[in-house]
Amino acid sequence: MFVRKALYSSVAAMAVLLGASVASAQVQTIPSDERTELAPGIYDAAEASSGLALEHTLAPPPGFFDPDAIFAPPTTREEAAAYRANPPRYSPLALANSDMAVSDGKLFVGNFNGFNIYDISGGGEPQLLTSVVCPGGQGDVSVHGNLLFMSVEQNNGRIDCGASGADGAVNPERFRGVRIFDISNIRAPQQVAAVQTCRGSHTHTLVPNPADSNILYVYNSATSGVRRSDELSICSDGEPGTNPDTALYSIDVIEVPLDRPQDAAIVNRPRIFEDRETGAVAGLWMGGRAGVASQATARTNHCHDITVFPEIGQAAGACSGNGILLDISDPKNPTRISEIFDADMAYWHSATFDNTGSKVVFTDEWGGGTSPRCTADAPGNWGANLVATITNGELRGRAFHKLPSVQGANENCVAHNGNIIPVPGRDLMVQAWYQGGISIMDFTDPMNPMEIAYFDRGPLGERLMIGGSWSAYWFNGRIYSSEIARGLDVLRLVPSDQLSAAEIAAAEAVMEDEINPQTQTRVSWANTPDVAGAYLAQLRRADAIEADLAQQIDSVIEGWRAGEIDPIAAAAAVASLAVTAETQGVTPLAARRMKALAEVLASAAS
Amino acid sequence: MLHYLGIALAGLIIGQDPVVQDPAAAPIVNPGAPGAASRQITAAEAVDLSRTTYTDEDVRFMQHMIVHHGQAVEMVELLQTRASSPAVRAIGRRIALSQEAEIDLMQNWLLSRGLPLEAADLHAGHGPTAPASPSHDAHAGHDAHAGHGDHGAAPVDPDTVPIMPGMLSPAQMRALAAAEGPEFDRLFLEGMIQHHKGALDMVDELLSYSDSGNDPMLSDFASSVVADQSAEILRMQSLLSEL
Repeated sequence: MFVRKALYSSVAAMAVLLGASVASAQVQTIPSDERTELAPGIYDAAEASSGLALEHTLAPPPGFFDPDAIFAPPTTREEAAAYRANPPRYSPLALANSDMAVSDGKLFVGNFNGFNIYDISGGGEPQLLTSVVCPGGQGDVSVHGNLLFMSVEQNNGRIDCGASGADGAVNPERFRGVRIFDISNIRAPQQVAAVQTCRGSHTHTLVPNPADSNILYVYNSATSGVRRSDELSICSDGEPGTNPDTALYSIDVIEVPLDRPQDAAIVNRPRIFEDRETGAVAGLWMGGRAGVASQATARTNHCHDITVFPEIGQAAGACSGNGILLDISDPKNPTRISEIFDADMAYWHSATFDNTGSKVVFTDEWGGGTSPRCTADAPGNWGANLVATITNGELRGRAFHKLPSVQGANENCVAHNGNIIPVPGRDLMVQAWYQGGISIMDFTDPMNPMEIAYFDRGPLGERLMIGGSWSAYWFNGRIYSSEIARGLDVLRLVPSDQLSAAEIAAAEAVMEDEINPQTQTRVSWANTPDVAGAYLAQLRRADAIEADLAQQIDSVIEGWRAGEIDPIAAAAAVASLAVTAETQGVTPLAARRMKALAEVLASAAS
Repeated sequence: MLHYLGIALAGLIIGQDPVVQDPAAAPIVNPGAPGAASRQITAAEAVDLSRTTYTDEDVRFMQHMIVHHGQAVEMVELLQTRASSPAVRAIGRRIALSQEAEIDLMQNWLLSRGLPLEAADLHAGHGPTAPASPSHDAHAGHDAHAGHGDHGAAPVDPDTVPIMPGMLSPAQMRALAAAEGPEFDRLFLEGMIQHHKGALDMVDELLSYSDSGNDPMLSDFASSVVADQSAEILRMQSLLSEL
């Protein structure tokens, strides 16, 4: 989310709207559906859902809500002038909820004013444990062991977590960077380190060190202006042509000794955008439109978000003007392997791998998150997901997928944060679309991503007010959504023709102690009747299995569930699956699922 | 103003319990700088912390200073009919003008932020009959009265207790209203010096909170209070020595 940019652009965009014609590169047409015109309300907006059920909604905790703090950006010239003349009491998004992490049965919900800790170990309604107030935005949080990391980017951030802000161009009290808290006493977190960075911290990513478990690296992605060198000596601004030491065109690598977190420090600022041949620091997209009808793409001088996948030694960076692939086998020295550009992407915002590391979903936060970009006028491939594949270390963009429901002009809506739902045999991603709601995308086939479930509310009000789901993540069997203005939502999957009960049960059985969505881990599934049932459901849905064989497998699975698997029937099914998988005309995907199903059944029968 | 004093007295006699926080509720923690201890705060403070321009102490400072300045204006009203020295009348008029202008400024500062003009906690925890509070919230220690006024264990006549540091007590105001001529001039100057010193104390206390007094308008205002009132105190001391 880019507030400052949004404020600038709300005025600039008016000029564009009034003066220029709307781009005509409309590839996909987004349909209207039951989500399109839901009744508004902060507390009582109408809801629509498919394949998802809302289990709990928790209002923001005491101290984290004020209806006046809901940001209503100006949408006309008059409003912009009035806004400047009489700024509201709260800065934009002052109390907005942001990103989340999970550790040891606790959910950490970031907020521009601090973070909140909930107990989610019981499986029921999350119980608020502690609220921590420490302003500075955006409050992106990650957790590792007893340490919590938090991004701070705004100029009002203070070293001491105080509220008075930090005035002036240079202020020794100012803090912009990554805070580290000791959360060993969950009721009284304490700040133990605050690593200052040149452009603050918009998001950050935890990167374990395979060579030394006492060392944790943090990749810091910073998007805002460079601080003055008299405030932080390592910083200087400017383009690399005139200032080779510029703080632009890099990320920060912070090294954290886990036994002495107070010694955390920046150890590298790698030039990951450099031109491989010339070595020029500014080697990627230089900003602007690729063609007359193209999107205006941001200049690649920072990453917005980096997702690491330590098990494959790679990271995917969503880096303003490009999507990039990094080799992180030496995590202190990430190096770029591949990059892609797309003329329809405005701002490469976040990246999510599939479970094997052969695909990446990049999101495009066109408009910065405070604009209504899912209206009928908005091009169907702008502000969308771009599904890319990785082949021999090379990224390639394959298909766009946008929320398939027209949203209103009072709803800020664009692709935003999500993660993988671990259904065996499929690539599913749950994702926040701000006031477009929550949507689950199946990108198993990278050429044909599609929606299989959704949840949505009507807008906050009768005018554009900023809210909606900032992040929607699958955490150990439930979807948690941090609603910018309304609090925290918990949803569960419900069976539909797009997702079977067995597929859901197989996903819900996957448990992890620590989940930081930008630090991806490879999921492996135990051999269970649900996992077998999941593969079978997928083969049926794709019409890729003979009814007789499917029925035969059904009864094997039923017997297994009852604790009385029929080893002969199982062996027969395994043999049939092996033969069918090799049959001509069977798609590679169906063949993979058959082999996986055969393996599960074989292990059960042995 | 008399109405105000009436409310003040009621507050002193009945006492007002500060907000009691539910001990079962999740704590709201405000960490300090790296290595420093965290502290617990209230929900109201948590919301205030999200604002980038002012703190609870700032707001209370403004609310209290309006009451404080109001008494100066009331004292000058008495001066119109009771003073004898032209120099005392002159400085009195000047004080009234500047205090009224500052009251306007403070009211605008609060109104433009949607804040109440009157402090909810004006008398919290003070006065001889206020009960010992079992669980003060974090605000109580920050009250503008802390460290001032009469906290003696012995029962104190509320008539002799000013509602704010440096303000005149109800008894003092009655004595002033009953005096005339040179006696009035002396009581007025002594009272106004005490009153102005109280304002300086309030600014000092405000600035002792690490996060307070940083709002640009409030900071300017606090500086002008210090400059104007210090100058006026010197002038009044000089007049007092000439009586």
